[in-house]
Order: sequence, then structure tokens, then C-alpha cells
Amino acid sequence: MSDLDQTKQDILMVGVGGQGIILASDILGEAALEKGLDIKKTDTLGMAQRGGSVTSHLRIGQKVWSPLTSPAEADILLAFEKLEAARWVNYLKPGGLAIINNLAIPPLSISLGSQKYPGDQEILDSFKQRTSRLCLVDGSGKIAHLGDTRTLNIFMLGFLSTFLPLDIDSAAWESCLRKQLPSRILDINLRAFEKGREEALSVNIR
Amino acid sequence: MNKSRKLLSGNEAIAIGAYHAGVLVATAYPGTPSTEILENLSKYKGIYAEWSTNEKVAMEVGLGASYAGVRTLVSMKHVGLNVAADPFMAAATTGIHGGLVVISADDPGIHSSQGEQDNRHFAKLARVPMLEPADSQEAYDLIEIAFDLSEKYDTPVLFRITTRVAHSKSVVELDEKRISKERTKHFHHDIGKYVMLPTNARNRVPNMHKRIVELTRYAETTPVNQIIDGDGKIGIISSGVSYEYAREVFPQASFLKLGMTYPLPPELVQKFAGKVKKIFVVEELDPFLEENVKLLGVHVEGKKHLPRFGELNKAAVHHAAVQAGLLDRANPIAEVTLVKNLPGRPPLLCPGCPHSGAFFVLSTIGKRAKVLDSEGRSEEETGLIITGDIGCYTLATYPPLRAMDTTACMGASIGQAIGLEKAGVNSKIAAVIGDSTFMHSGITGIVDAVYNDAKITVIILDNGTTAMTGHQDHPGSGMSAQGTVTEKVDIEKLVRGAGVKDVQVVNSFDVKAVRGAIRSALDNPSLSVVIVRGKCAVINRVRKNPRQIDLSKCNDCGVCVMIGCQAIQKRNDKLYIDSTICMGEECRICEQLCPKKAIGPVSGKPAGE
Ligand SMILES: Cc1ncc(C[n+]2csc(CCOP(=O)(O)OP(=O)(O)O)c2C)c(N)n1
Ligand code: SF4
Ligand code: SF4
Repeated sequence: MSDLDQTKQDILMVGVGGQGIILASDILGEAALEKGLDIKKTDTLGMAQRGGSVTSHLRIGQKVWSPLTSPAEADILLAFEKLEAARWVNYLKPGGLAIINNLAIPPLSISLGSQKYPGDQEILDSFKQRTSRLCLVDGSGKIAHLGDTRTLNIFMLGFLSTFLPLDIDSAAWESCLRKQLPSRILDINLRAFEKGREEALSVNIR
Repeated sequence: MNKSRKLLSGNEAIAIGAYHAGVLVATAYPGTPSTEILENLSKYKGIYAEWSTNEKVAMEVGLGASYAGVRTLVSMKHVGLNVAADPFMAAATTGIHGGLVVISADDPGIHSSQGEQDNRHFAKLARVPMLEPADSQEAYDLIEIAFDLSEKYDTPVLFRITTRVAHSKSVVELDEKRISKERTKHFHHDIGKYVMLPTNARNRVPNMHKRIVELTRYAETTPVNQIIDGDGKIGIISSGVSYEYAREVFPQASFLKLGMTYPLPPELVQKFAGKVKKIFVVEELDPFLEENVKLLGVHVEGKKHLPRFGELNKAAVHHAAVQAGLLDRANPIAEVTLVKNLPGRPPLLCPGCPHSGAFFVLSTIGKRAKVLDSEGRSEEETGLIITGDIGCYTLATYPPLRAMDTTACMGASIGQAIGLEKAGVNSKIAAVIGDSTFMHSGITGIVDAVYNDAKITVIILDNGTTAMTGHQDHPGSGMSAQGTVTEKVDIEKLVRGAGVKDVQVVNSFDVKAVRGAIRSALDNPSLSVVIVRGKCAVINRVRKNPRQIDLSKCNDCGVCVMIGCQAIQKRNDKLYIDSTICMGEECRICEQLCPKKAIGPVSGKPAGE
């Protein structure tokens, strides 16, 4: 991938099984496809359905070879959960953008009392070693009034969409969401997407 | 012609490619990362697609269909080819009639398997050609070539993919055509070709060698093998996804990109060697290309620097290139010091999983809970040895349950249990096996247990689906791969028919019944079977009345935490149930186990009042 390529974006999405990460990255992939760009996308979910870690690598550009992003090369890290964010910080490139949903999903080892969930400050400190472009968003809180926590993925996608150099307008996003989502949950997700955009435009990290 | 551009996974591309290539029969047994190939093919009209009972049967059904003259695709994960090796080798010997393509989906790095192996060796072993796509476009294009080669050279073709190719999405230009060459569905009687009596087999073997000689000539000129000229200083020989990593790591290099990795083209390799100063072979797992290129007398390096196991990636290839003196060390970016002791997030049984109750019961039998350490180790026998098998239930190995002592390959639990008993261990032995795994390769184990009078208990976890690989149907589920209702193979009748006398069937969610059945089975001095039956929570979507913990009654004994249910969590040192993921009414396992009767529905009064 050439560094001169203005469309080049390596995005790493991370979180927990059941948070809808794969769907969010699929939708972004389709949106880039519409733009005529090259895309490689790879998900590692192991047995994520059962609550394990999930990562989705999405690489966009004029020509992409490797499907995997590499350490210190991701332009954007989009984390749906804080512990997973802390695990993947090394993939962010220096000065890259980190978007972290302010949500803790403690793994079972914490209920069993054998381990402890990291504190916010510790997590933020590790990110500061790589970047100052960091935002902790209250995604789960912002969508609470929509009445369906499963729209978090689309909220996060909406948030992310404002930072992409891909020139995808809102009509194009809407048509992409329409194609990828079942009609009975379309409306609520369109609202979640819009909420995400609004929230992103209100933060000052550009 | 109708062209379209789509973002497809390797598996989706293979399915569409096979459809466009005129495939009429597709068989498979589920296995990550191959499962989606058959799932996608089963949706096309005009194709017969089946989940076979196991990979050996899938290969045999595929071979029969090929003998009838139709194009046939058989797909499986790498270890599936071990199960199917016998008919695969037979197919290599008899040859085919309609094109027969066998997909082996390898799993470098063991994302979701019981082991790592490089199935490229099977091509050499069986003397069949092998194709390897690097991305979804190649997967789509190569599958048609595979069928052509199969028919032209009278051979099954091994089509090898890896997890990263199978599960990555990339852009594919589709040719919306379907090769509808009328295939004569016709069996030509030909005992010399199809009946492998020693005399006939002896006559077939020279053909296998002859075709490799002919295929070697084909490999020299086929466009799937190509030289991409660079600055000539470094030459890279590569294939599959490794090629994609190498292209980014060596932007200036010359490449010999191989789409066909067996047999190799000697002249093309020599020609490439003449064009470059040094050759580096970039491949995952074994030095398969490297050794075969060296046999051609060409000097190359590869595994001296590259890892021999695990998955490659750009960083690994770059690291090896620096070590080999091919590239300069990149400007190092200081690694971030991660937060110390980040807790892992291993996968767990779902809330409301029907397997939970049986494993909770097993975990409390004998001295397991007392003597096993957190790694599941103990010098002393616990009084109950649990031989395990492969499926969601293998997750019961993790704490808190620690209720599995072995897992080798599918179906092994029963044989291992027999072996432990015959060797004379002091503990009782329970073999635990899922319903799909039982159909796959547990039946022969049960027959062995009956025949050889094994004093073991076999627990069959019947959740009505092949859950681990994404909920595929199987012979006991009553539904075919294409959604037609079929006769359910009845596990109870099957084991009784084999001669097991002590057979009990219990409801997974009735903990008392499960405990009673397992205890009485273990007390029986001869062979016993317990079928623990309850729907997988992902299939049974009914979620109502989530449970809650009444903290005024809870004395923090911790019993409910030992179920390993993800919904039961701790916040500020207080136990609570996450009502958004609790299965509720259809489960109630924690409620039955709570000694203080502190657990009950959110809406109503806690049970026992
Ligand atoms: C030879 C082989 N084929 C396929 C697989 C993939 N695989 C792992 S477990 C499993 C079956 C799981 O079904 P079941 O036994 O019913 O247990 P469940 O996951 O439903 O609990 C399959 C197909 C494998 N590991 N080995
Ligand atoms: S998918 Fe089904 S069988 Fe597997 S852990 Fe979940 S509930 Fe249990
Ligand atoms: S009823 Fe209890 S054991 Fe079952 S899912 Fe809910 S919390 Fe878990």
C-alpha cells in the first residue's frame, strides 16, 4: 500500500462477542466498495459467540495486499469495550486516532475473584504513549434512550464515519445501512448512526 | 456477459465459483474455517448439497457423484482430511469421471482447531495437483480451473486454503455465468478403473505418476503461476496469503507467484532463478515449497529465518527478511507498555447453555473440586476421570468447571475411556461427547464398548445441533443442509440397538434429574449411557423472566459462580445477574442450585416462598 494513497485507511475494530463488530465492519467495507476502492477485511473471532474477544481488521486503499493490519500501523482503533482497547493499543500508529466506548464488560475471571479489571487511568495512560488523539465516548449511554443496546455498533460506526477520508455522504451511508440491515431494525439503527455522527462532531480531536 | 463487483470472503467466492463452474453435488462436514462453503452452496437451486455424517462419508458420497459424471465439491477442515484420507487416497487411485475438487481448509495458528498441520503434503502423498488461492478473487477464478484440471487429468484436485483466505473478505469481479455444459449423469461400468483389487490397483498406479509428469508440463505454462519482475536483487517465491504479506514487505522484489503449488514447474523456477540474485521462499508452516524447489537444484532460503509454525503476518515476514540480511531494520516504534496483568477473555458456554448443568454435576463428583489445581492438574486420581470430545462443551475444561481431562480428536472420548478402563485405573470413567460428534465418530466407539464389555459411562450431550461450528444440522436434528425435513436418527434407539442395556434420557435443565442419572450410571458396574437432552440456547431464542439474586438471602457461598454462567457476575464485590443476557425461565440452573433459595425471577417472588 502506498503512503501517497490519500484513501489509505487501516482500521482495527475490537470488542466482545455479541457487540455487532463484524456487522459494523461489513457495512464500512460495503461503503468503501461503493466508492470503487480496494478492500481487505479479516475478522478473528475464535469462538466469539460465546463471549470471547473479537477483532476486525479493515484495510482500504487503491490497492491492498495483506488482510491483516500490523502493529503500529492502524490509522484508527475503534474499541467497543475498554479492556479490549487496552489489549490492542499497540496496533495504533503513532498519532493515530483511538475511539473507545466507555463500557466495561468484566470477563468471568473477575467474578471468580482471580483477576481485576484495569482502571480508566491505567488504560488512558497506555494510550497516551501512542497518541493524543483519544476519545472516550459514552456510546452505551447515548443510545440508552433508543431502547436497544444492540444499536451500539451502528452508533460507533456513525461516530467513526466522520473521521474517514473516504468522502462518503450521508445518503450513501443510508443506502448502505438499508442494504445491510433487516427492515424491522432499520429505523432505530439509522437514528443510532445519526446520534454517533452528532456525538463525533461535538468532540474536539480532529 | 454480466460482470459485477462484490466484497466476498474466500469461502463465499469458492461457493459462487463452484456454482458458476457447474458443480452439481456438494458434500461436507462442518469445520472451521471451511463451513461456509457448503452453507453458501446449499442455497443454490439445481445443486444437491449435504452435510455428511463425517468427512470420510462426505468424500465417499463425492466420489460416487463424480463417478456418475457430475462436477462435485467436497469440503472440510484440515483435520477432516485425516478422517477422509482413506477414500481420498482411493479417489487418487481410481481417478474420477465428473470433476472432483477437494477443499482442505488449513488453520495455521490454530484459531479454532485441535491441532496444526500442513495439508500440502497430502497432494504429494496422493500424487494429485494442488491449487492455492491468495485472496477471494483467486479463489473464485481457481475453482473453475480446478474442475477443468480434474477432468482433463482424471484426478481429484486438492484445493488448499487457510483460515486467512477462507475468512478474509476482498473484492471479487464475478462473471455471472453458469457453465451449463449438459453433464451426462451416467455411470460407465469399468471394473479396471473402479474396483481396486490388487491387480487393478497395480495398473492404476502408473497413471498417477504419468499424470504428475503431464501436470508438471502444464504448470510451466499455466497463467496461475507467474513471474512478476522487480529490480532483480531479491526474488521471492510464494503462494497463498503469504504472497500478500510478501508483496508489502518487499515492494521492489521480483516474484514467482504460484497458484499451483504441486507439482512445481522446474523450468519456470530455473528461469526465475536466472533473473534474480537471491531467492527467499515465503510460506506458512512447513518448508513445502522450499524443499521442493531445492530438489530442483536451486539454492533458496526460507525456513532458516521464517517460523515453522503458527500464522505469518507482515511483521513476521519483515523480521525474517531482516534476519536473512535482505532488508534493513525498520525504524523501531517504541512498544507501548500495556496495563499490567490484563485479564484474558476466553470464550465460555453461553448463558442458558444446556451443557452447563451436566458439567456442574460432573465437577462436583469425586474429589475433582478439591484436588484439581487451577490448571486442571493433580498427581492423585480424583475418583472420576472425564474423557472429553470436541464441541462447545470442550469449554467446560476452563475454570470454574474444570470438568474435562482429555480432548484429542472427534470421537476419541469413548475409545480413550475404554483404554483407561482396560489399563486398570482406579477412578470411574465418564466419556462426554456431543450429539454431532457422536454421529461423526462416536458410534463405532459405542459398538467397541459393547463388544469389549467396557465398564464406562458415556454421556451424550444432545443439544440438537452442531453448535460449535455455527449450528449446522446433523443426522439427529431432523433437517437436511438444504432445509428439508428428514428422518431423525434416534440416539437412544441407536445405542440400545448396539446392545447397551443401561440407557437413560434426561432433561438438561433439570439439575436433580441430571445428577441422579449420572450418579446411577456411574454406580452401574458395567456399560451405561446417559443422554442429556436440551436445546442449544442460540437455537432456542425464548428469553423470558431473567433471574435475579435476592441479596438479603444470599450469603455469598459462591455456588452459582461455579456454574460458569456469563450472566452471573460480580460488581463491587456483590453478586448479580445480568438480566440482558440471562436466559431465564428456560434455564433456571442457578435457581435450582442456590442453597439459600436466593435466586428467582425478576418479576415474581423468588422460588421457595
Ligand atoms: C475431524 C474434525 N471435523 C470437524 C471438526 C470441527 N468441529 C469441532 S466440534 C464439532 C462438532 C460439535 O458438535 P457437537 O458435538 O454436537 O457439540 P456442540 O458444539 O453442539 O456442543 C465440529 C464439527 C473437527 N474439530 N474435527
Ligand atoms: S452455542 Fe449452544 S451449545 Fe454452544 S455454548 Fe452456546 S448454548 Fe451451549
Ligand atoms: S437462569 Fe441462571 S444459570 Fe441460567 S442463564 Fe440465567 S443466570 Fe445463567
